[in-house]
Amino acid sequence: MDYMKETIDSLHKKLADKELTSEELTNQTLDNINAKQKDLNTFITVNDKAVEAAKKVDEDGIKGPLSGIPIAIKDNIVTNGIKTTAASKILYNFMPVYSATVMEKLEAAGAIDAGKTNLDEFAMGSSTETSYYKTSVNPWDFSRVPGGSSGGSAAAVAAGEVVAALGTDTGGSIRQPSAFNGIFGIKPTYGRVSRWGVIAFASSLDQVGVMSKRVEDSATVLATIAGHDDHDSTSSNEPVPDYRANLNKDMTGVKIAVPKEFWHEGTHPDVVESTKKALDAYKKMGATVEEVSLPTLKHAVEVYYVLASSEASSNLQRYDGVRYGYRAKDVKNINDLFVNSRSEGFGDEVKRRIMLGTFALSAGAYDAYFKKAAQVRTMFIEELSAVLDKYDLIMGPSTTSPAFKIGEKVDDPLAMYMNDILTIPANLAGLPAASVPAGLAEGLPVGLQIIGKPFAEQAVLNAAYALQEENKFYEKIPTALKGED
Amino acid sequence: MNFETTIGLEVHVELKTKSKMYSPSPVAYGAESNINTNVIDFGFPGTLPTVNKNGYRLGVMVALALNAEIENHTHFDRKNYFYPDNPKAYQITQQDKPLGHDGYIEIDVDGNKKKIGVEELHVEEDAGKNTHGNNGYSYVDLNRQGTPLIEIVSKPDMHSPEEAYQYLENLRKIVQFTGASDVKMEEGSMRVDTNISIRPVGSDTYGTKVELKNLNSFNHVKLGLAYEEKRQAAILKQGGTIGQETRRFDEKTGETFLMRVKSGADDYRYFPEPDLPDFEISPEWIAEIKSTLPETASVRREKYINELGIPEYDAGVLTDTKEMSDFFDEAVTYKANPKLVSNWLMGEVNAYLNDKKIGLLDTKLTPEHLAKMINLISDGTISSKIAKKVFQETISNGTEPEEWVKSKGLVQESDPAVLTPMIMEILDNNEQSIEDFKNGKDRAVGFLIGQIMKQTHGQANPKVVNKILMTELKSR
Amino acid sequence: MISKEEILHVAKLANLKLQDDEVDDFVSQLGQIVEMEGNLADVDTTGVEPTYNMGDTNTVFREDKGIHTQTREQMLENVPETDNNLIKVPTIVDKEDDE
Repeated sequence: MDYMKETIDSLHKKLADKELTSEELTNQTLDNINAKQKDLNTFITVNDKAVEAAKKVDEDGIKGPLSGIPIAIKDNIVTNGIKTTAASKILYNFMPVYSATVMEKLEAAGAIDAGKTNLDEFAMGSSTETSYYKTSVNPWDFSRVPGGSSGGSAAAVAAGEVVAALGTDTGGSIRQPSAFNGIFGIKPTYGRVSRWGVIAFASSLDQVGVMSKRVEDSATVLATIAGHDDHDSTSSNEPVPDYRANLNKDMTGVKIAVPKEFWHEGTHPDVVESTKKALDAYKKMGATVEEVSLPTLKHAVEVYYVLASSEASSNLQRYDGVRYGYRAKDVKNINDLFVNSRSEGFGDEVKRRIMLGTFALSAGAYDAYFKKAAQVRTMFIEELSAVLDKYDLIMGPSTTSPAFKIGEKVDDPLAMYMNDILTIPANLAGLPAASVPAGLAEGLPVGLQIIGKPFAEQAVLNAAYALQEENKFYEKIPTALKGED
Repeated sequence: MNFETTIGLEVHVELKTKSKMYSPSPVAYGAESNINTNVIDFGFPGTLPTVNKNGYRLGVMVALALNAEIENHTHFDRKNYFYPDNPKAYQITQQDKPLGHDGYIEIDVDGNKKKIGVEELHVEEDAGKNTHGNNGYSYVDLNRQGTPLIEIVSKPDMHSPEEAYQYLENLRKIVQFTGASDVKMEEGSMRVDTNISIRPVGSDTYGTKVELKNLNSFNHVKLGLAYEEKRQAAILKQGGTIGQETRRFDEKTGETFLMRVKSGADDYRYFPEPDLPDFEISPEWIAEIKSTLPETASVRREKYINELGIPEYDAGVLTDTKEMSDFFDEAVTYKANPKLVSNWLMGEVNAYLNDKKIGLLDTKLTPEHLAKMINLISDGTISSKIAKKVFQETISNGTEPEEWVKSKGLVQESDPAVLTPMIMEILDNNEQSIEDFKNGKDRAVGFLIGQIMKQTHGQANPKVVNKILMTELKSR
Repeated sequence: MISKEEILHVAKLANLKLQDDEVDDFVSQLGQIVEMEGNLADVDTTGVEPTYNMGDTNTVFREDKGIHTQTREQMLENVPETDNNLIKVPTIVDKEDDE
């Protein structure tokens, strides 16, 4: 099965009309994934139980829109009975005995878990290069990164391996790879989707979201996975709208703010152009576009790296070799077990973040770093909130450049961190944000970022849908795949 | 040189909940290894904590019972440290905004009443348990991981081991009477860490603090602190200095031994727990909890003395434990004479418990049964002698006294119409005893009563028998 | 800037062992990042409340019901070494903290 021309609706119709069984669809999906693995390396684990699950859906009968349709899952989302690694050696053999709430919800909707996609180790990175297992590649250019951390999910969708995939976004990990791969990706409001079963990177920033070629498909999946969960005390009680049914491309009277700081110095000229073109399109559709200012944005990367690393340093302390995962050999005592398991089990980037975070929380540094960053976060939240009091949406480029070359930035963490400047704001403020394809730069996709008010996912989806219907980017086949079929 | 001692205590008390503080796993003492654990207790990737409402409620109860102010706006914090019984490598606690603060406990040492300050109280989770083999391995059981605890931190207001002992005794009793915990040192549901320093009298700075560990009873606390006072004074008198260290109390020798020297403060990297929201503890909820707070031991003791006429000493014994006091209160609700209930509890019941070495709640005796039995004695249905049989039956087998007395035919015979002919016949057959009685030998009466009792299998009411017998003897 | 001593202290807190060349890398890389983060000092945060957690919820309690969500067998499935249903680990050095 090649999903290039399919949508969840078109597949659902075929399944419901019995033109196709879920078993057939799943078999074709897995064959296609396996065939493309050597080029794209998008999956860490292909789910060998998927066909079994599909047969069961066929037996029970096709019901809702996701019933019988394979979806790819980022490998930092815990799946009962299916190995879950977070792309780390430290979880090389981890077999979960419970499932994330999002997985329970997908399963209840009849969706089939196609397998677990590659990511940066513990979602820390922007390219999948920090994965212990493999580096995924960009289907538009195999010498380039698919972005990260949800790079495997993004590339799998762009390459037509699945119709939709789950990702997670802590500082842009859904939006940046979506932009790099020419697909749509949405990170909902903090608390919109349960974090139960999502391997924590930074608890106050992490959120599960969806990636797909078409906005409609993300709307369907998001409506399925969203909602309150007793397991997650930070999950919201806000009712979940039917995003798919409510999808509407009318932009008349919608007020769009463009922070001037989003035109970050060094932004690729083609990115600037594509973004401006998209904004012009919105104006033509009847929206107003005005420039605003977010003066605290210049500190966003600093705030993000202090807070995300601090929380991560604590969240990752549980990987100690005692109860699960990698345990170092030939150790004399428990202290050696801790130190060796962690030193051998974590990669460089993860160690870097743990060190940064441990430092920021340590006695003497706490006030100047951790507490200070948390205060600046408040100021930044208030700044964004003031803008959203006057405007419906905030827009700008999703990234400063299109996908970079594999190996280009891997040795320069600071340059890598600076990549996140445009996506970090939505995480710091917990706002819903998406990236929707806006054009090409040097033949590589460029994304427009759309940020909404808290729980205004519908407005974000609608705006993305309007642009999608305008530029029909989903009709484009990724360049590097063209020669293949 | 004279020295002044300063003692501070940190007491951990397990709260009596059905589930753990941040996970729904059941809480049970002495269960099979790792049986009461789940993915949260094991710190599995992707798990999140949820706060046990009852755990927090019990914490508030303890804080209120210790006269503390309850914090209205709070959050939880992470305390980070690696240890095999600490699966997340952080403990969820309340560092920044503890549940309660500024309470006190009243103590009375040799007639001197004094308030010892409680700096703060906070809820947190217990760790699992490690055991150590001789084979180069240790073993971890995570059953206890996550059990709700309240940590009660005193102010450094105690100046003698005896004061510390009294503080602990009163704390134990107060907490026990809230019903929030079993507070049993032997089961680990109450654990004590102590800090002690001494300084020359008149000095305005505290001496170096020494921490004492392995204190498994209040008595060990007292002995350990007393040893430490002397040890530190001896060092200072010789011009030495006290090291900042942790010492271990040895119960065999009564001495303390160096465990480790503290190298600066530990860096636990406390920070607010981002997996949990902020918590508002409303004045309404606090008031509601306050209204359900059981009466304290001292309130009950006063009530027993003043309203029920129980002697002071007895009232003290009855309020020594909550289970005894609750038992007494309930028995009295069944209209049993409070003094008799008190006598039975302090006499036969306590003797039984001591003999079997068990607690009141381990027996089958219920307050209702004890009350019924006492009422059977009061209304003359059974004799005190029979009552002892009934008591043994009830406490051992949980038998309902009224039914049992009837079915076994143990009801006392008090009817003169039945007893008089019997007595006449015995007198007719014992002419010599009548003769002896007339000659002033009182022993004869005892002999005659014995004969009557023998014939009635002990069921004759002694008072009635005595009356009929005396009338008859005098008339012969 | 961050010194070699600080790096080693932080590594100890984090239970990470750094090779000699790694220490130098960390000193320079973390030094740069920490310097970047140090720009936060420029922001006047007087009187600003810190934001530590997110979401629109407050005071979320769970009712006190004891339930088993996993079996012991499930819980021990991933444990590298067990003995008699206990987690077996190399010997604990500082045993004094055990109660």
